[in-house]
Amino acid sequence: MMSDTLLPPGLILILIGLLLPLLKDTWRSIALVLGPLLVLVSVWSLPDGNVVKASYLGYELVLVRADELSRLFATVFSLMAAAGGLYAISQSKTRELSAAFVYAGSAISVVFAGDLITVFIFWEIMAIASTIVVWSGGAGAKAAGQRYAVVHFLGGVLLMAGIAGEVATTGSIAFDVMEANSWSRWLILGGFLINAGAPPFSAWLPDAYPEASWSGTVFLSAFTTKTAVYVLMRTFPGTEILIYIGLYMVFYGIVYAILENDMRRILAYSIINQVGFMIVGIGIGSEMSLNGAAAHAFVHIIYKALLLMSAGAVLYQTGKHKCTDLGGLFRTMPITMICGTIGALAISAFPFTSGFVAKSVISQGAADAHLGFVWYLLAAASAGVFLHAGIKFPWFVFFQKDSGMRPSEPPRTMIWSMVLLSAACILIGIFPDVLYSLLPHAVDYVPYTGAHIVFQLQLLLFSGLAFFVLLPMLKRTLTITLDFDWFYRSFGKAVAKVFDAVTTTLWGSIVSFSKGIAKSAVNFILRLHGPSGVFSETWSTGVMAFWTTVLLGLHLLVYFTW
Amino acid sequence: MSEQKPDSDHWLVRPRTIRLIWIWSIIILALLVLGDFLVHHHSYFGLDGTFGFGAWYGFISCVVLVVGSKLVGLILKRPDTYYDE
Repeated sequence: MMSDTLLPPGLILILIGLLLPLLKDTWRSIALVLGPLLVLVSVWSLPDGNVVKASYLGYELVLVRADELSRLFATVFSLMAAAGGLYAISQSKTRELSAAFVYAGSAISVVFAGDLITVFIFWEIMAIASTIVVWSGGAGAKAAGQRYAVVHFLGGVLLMAGIAGEVATTGSIAFDVMEANSWSRWLILGGFLINAGAPPFSAWLPDAYPEASWSGTVFLSAFTTKTAVYVLMRTFPGTEILIYIGLYMVFYGIVYAILENDMRRILAYSIINQVGFMIVGIGIGSEMSLNGAAAHAFVHIIYKALLLMSAGAVLYQTGKHKCTDLGGLFRTMPITMICGTIGALAISAFPFTSGFVAKSVISQGAADAHLGFVWYLLAAASAGVFLHAGIKFPWFVFFQKDSGMRPSEPPRTMIWSMVLLSAACILIGIFPDVLYSLLPHAVDYVPYTGAHIVFQLQLLLFSGLAFFVLLPMLKRTLTITLDFDWFYRSFGKAVAKVFDAVTTTLWGSIVSFSKGIAKSAVNFILRLHGPSGVFSETWSTGVMAFWTTVLLGLHLLVYFTW
Repeated sequence: MSEQKPDSDHWLVRPRTIRLIWIWSIIILALLVLGDFLVHHHSYFGLDGTFGFGAWYGFISCVVLVVGSKLVGLILKRPDTYYDE
């Protein structure tokens, strides 16, 4: 029961999503863009504290708890839903958009959740809605969506088990900072990490996201992993193992993206790389690095959506998604190319873009904490980001060879959404204080010093030099790179086949053995009772009288001797 | 259309432009390294205070990452029809 008449912002977006199929033409477009903006207004009109409560199964649920951190994530989620809505106006599959809004609405609901049960409920709605978004994609979407769903439900099971354990041991459903010191908390951490794309289950992301439609991937890139970043910041800041998990993700993303041929899969791997930076920031756990992780999540949602929008525009116009089929598109799609390049510069943390003012806060956090190896690895990874996303993506899609294709620019709504997000990337880069003022902790950091700009430009431009020097080694091939999902896509299948063969043989021999026994039993009975059997012969009266006498005699004997 | 002469293609992909881009890029890279004379880097860990640190560290990191990726690729790369059968 709601104790308040206020509608939670996430629920507003879910309702708009559910109403979308009823709307047509102009009304549908209006709902797609203004709906999320209405949610944004609602986010910013919430007062601090536990605003909406409800009781459920004897627990006091906090449906809306508002503070700086939840407001920051809800803000970027609503903005993202609006930009995605504008981008997707040409998407004829309303089912996808409906699911995307339910998905975004539940992500906002997780961000505002004040207890573990509310987190869990919307966590699972996110998993279901995002699976429907994946399923609205092309030919490979059905199978990829199934694999996606299975991994996320596994994460959900871990989370549920962890919450149940937490309730059983502490009696509390508090969704606050906790130490990873018990089984139930490790399970909660594991459930969160699966959604963040952490090892070993990272493969769900590059497996499923590129199978969604041109617009679906844009929505998918924003919510699941960043919601995971949010809940980790809430519950496990300063958990040391997150530093190592994050570093692994950072380099995993780079290596797999370098080897990848599908343009949207390159960007999908790069999501894991970017989330890795945030996880490192959470693992360090200082105010500086947590600010960095939050700021990075905010700007990453914007530039990654922008990159996937430009990739989606190319897919929409050409129907091609492999780098080996693309190239030379700058001639006829210059706006898409420029917007994609701005996104690529932003993700590379180029000075005067949003990535520069956010990612460097995490590095500063590592330096302040005297974590030398973390700082060096993050710097190397920044160079690697420019290599795999900053140059590789625009180069292979818009330049390299001339593919011969001369596609025109995409529909105007798609262009507008890309231009708006490009502007956001640059404006945040030039006026970082707007972003810094939204962060959970006070910011004591100046991104623009001469030394920092020179260092970053050296790092990036020499990575660019390395890219072109090593270009022969980076030539695209028609290949994929095996990942952990091999275990459930190939190995699991092979195990199932062997199991099938073994059980079939075993069952076959059991059946033939039983058949043999049954047959000999039947033969035995036939021998006695069959046409020539001893019991089916016609006996003479004398023999019958003899045996009757014997039986009567026996009866008398027994009767008297008893 | 594919039988275009080099000069009739887009100006950006003509050999002359590409040569100019290389020349200017190298000049910019050199100036950037020299930029280290103008700014004072606050060194946290030692190596990061060396001359042209961003330049050589960025370049070497990328070489290591590309070569490392190729090695990973040797073991894990498969045709992109691998899962299709």
